[in-house]
Amino acid sequence: MQTQNRPLSPHLQIYKLPMTAKMSISHRASGAALSLGTLLLVYWLAAAAAGPEAFARAQGIVGSFLGQVILFVFSYALFYHMCNGIRHLFWDAGRGYDLKTTDASGYAVLAVSAALTLLVWIIAIATGGA
Amino acid sequence: MAQFKLPANSRITDGKTWSAPAGAGKTRRFRVYRWNPDEGQNPRVDTYEVDMDSCGPMVLDALIKIKNEIDPTLTFRRSCREGICGSCAMNIDGTNTLACTKACDDVDGDVRIYPLPHMPVVKDLVPDLTHFYAQYASIKPWMQTQTPAPPDSERLQSKDDRAKLDGLYECILCACCSTSCPSYWWNGDRYLGPAILLQAYRWIVDSRDENTGERLDDLEDPFKLYRCHTIMNCTRTCPKGLNPAKAIGEIKKLMIERRT
Repeated sequence: MQTQNRPLSPHLQIYKLPMTAKMSISHRASGAALSLGTLLLVYWLAAAAAGPEAFARAQGIVGSFLGQVILFVFSYALFYHMCNGIRHLFWDAGRGYDLKTTDASGYAVLAVSAALTLLVWIIAIATGGA
Repeated sequence: MAQFKLPANSRITDGKTWSAPAGAGKTRRFRVYRWNPDEGQNPRVDTYEVDMDSCGPMVLDALIKIKNEIDPTLTFRRSCREGICGSCAMNIDGTNTLACTKACDDVDGDVRIYPLPHMPVVKDLVPDLTHFYAQYASIKPWMQTQTPAPPDSERLQSKDDRAKLDGLYECILCACCSTSCPSYWWNGDRYLGPAILLQAYRWIVDSRDENTGERLDDLEDPFKLYRCHTIMNCTRTCPKGLNPAKAIGEIKKLMIERRT
């Protein structure tokens, strides 16, 4: 019997991913986004150390509309990754594995991370930063 | 690196439509994955229109009706038709489950049926489970002891110790959970997957088993155990209502506890 040409059954193409699965891949994506955002942070700090001209240029980039959008996404990725990381800590302690709790903790992470992001931006804008 | 797209020989093409006979009552469309190793062609999805007035309630009833009355070449595994053998595990309406315990009425719209995901296909809805069974054998799923058995009785267990096996012994190894797990899709060659890890835990917590340390040693591996990222597809899809993710979490906890 031939076995070499067996097709692979469809997976991502047909599977209805539940919310917990989408949050899991988002955790990885936000982690990757944080790595890139950290490069931006390093660039901003290096510019600050390099002198006023370099810093002014960095401030211009970060302060532009695109820069602000990137900062917003960066901050959301940070809070999402942090909140979901706490969720993972509970799992690592052997807690919260039943489906009701995983769903509830998932929605809690989405709500709290969004609230923290908005809070930080409201404070930043109100105090004249950003 | 994970391969998200299907290989060229696995991409699905349009198949045939088998219309309902004249005079059929309430009909329902079943869209079923087909692949025949003798045809040398890509898989396709055939559409069967089934007269539900003369069909049993479960998806397996519909598949048997299709095979008996419409297309005898349709191939699938089935045996007990009551959710205890695990043979008819397949992907129905985007989720893995047993065709015999999944009611057609629980599916909205057309009933889409595929083999268990990310597995080599033998024919139609029959996946090759050789690797899955080899992984099961690798965790030594039998009682291992050092001490001699009591001469005049079985190895006994307290009620509390016996209760620790509840939620574990009911597993029928249908492979629904393992083939629902993206980590198992991408790393199934080395990651044991939820079903096998639940079975591993079933022997780790058994008070009568005396090789707990060796069992944990065997799982202390970046791939065998730690590819679990608590995605939870396993627990959500288990047709027996078990919680493989929790069993894996318990193994991870034991790994930490024995270090201190």
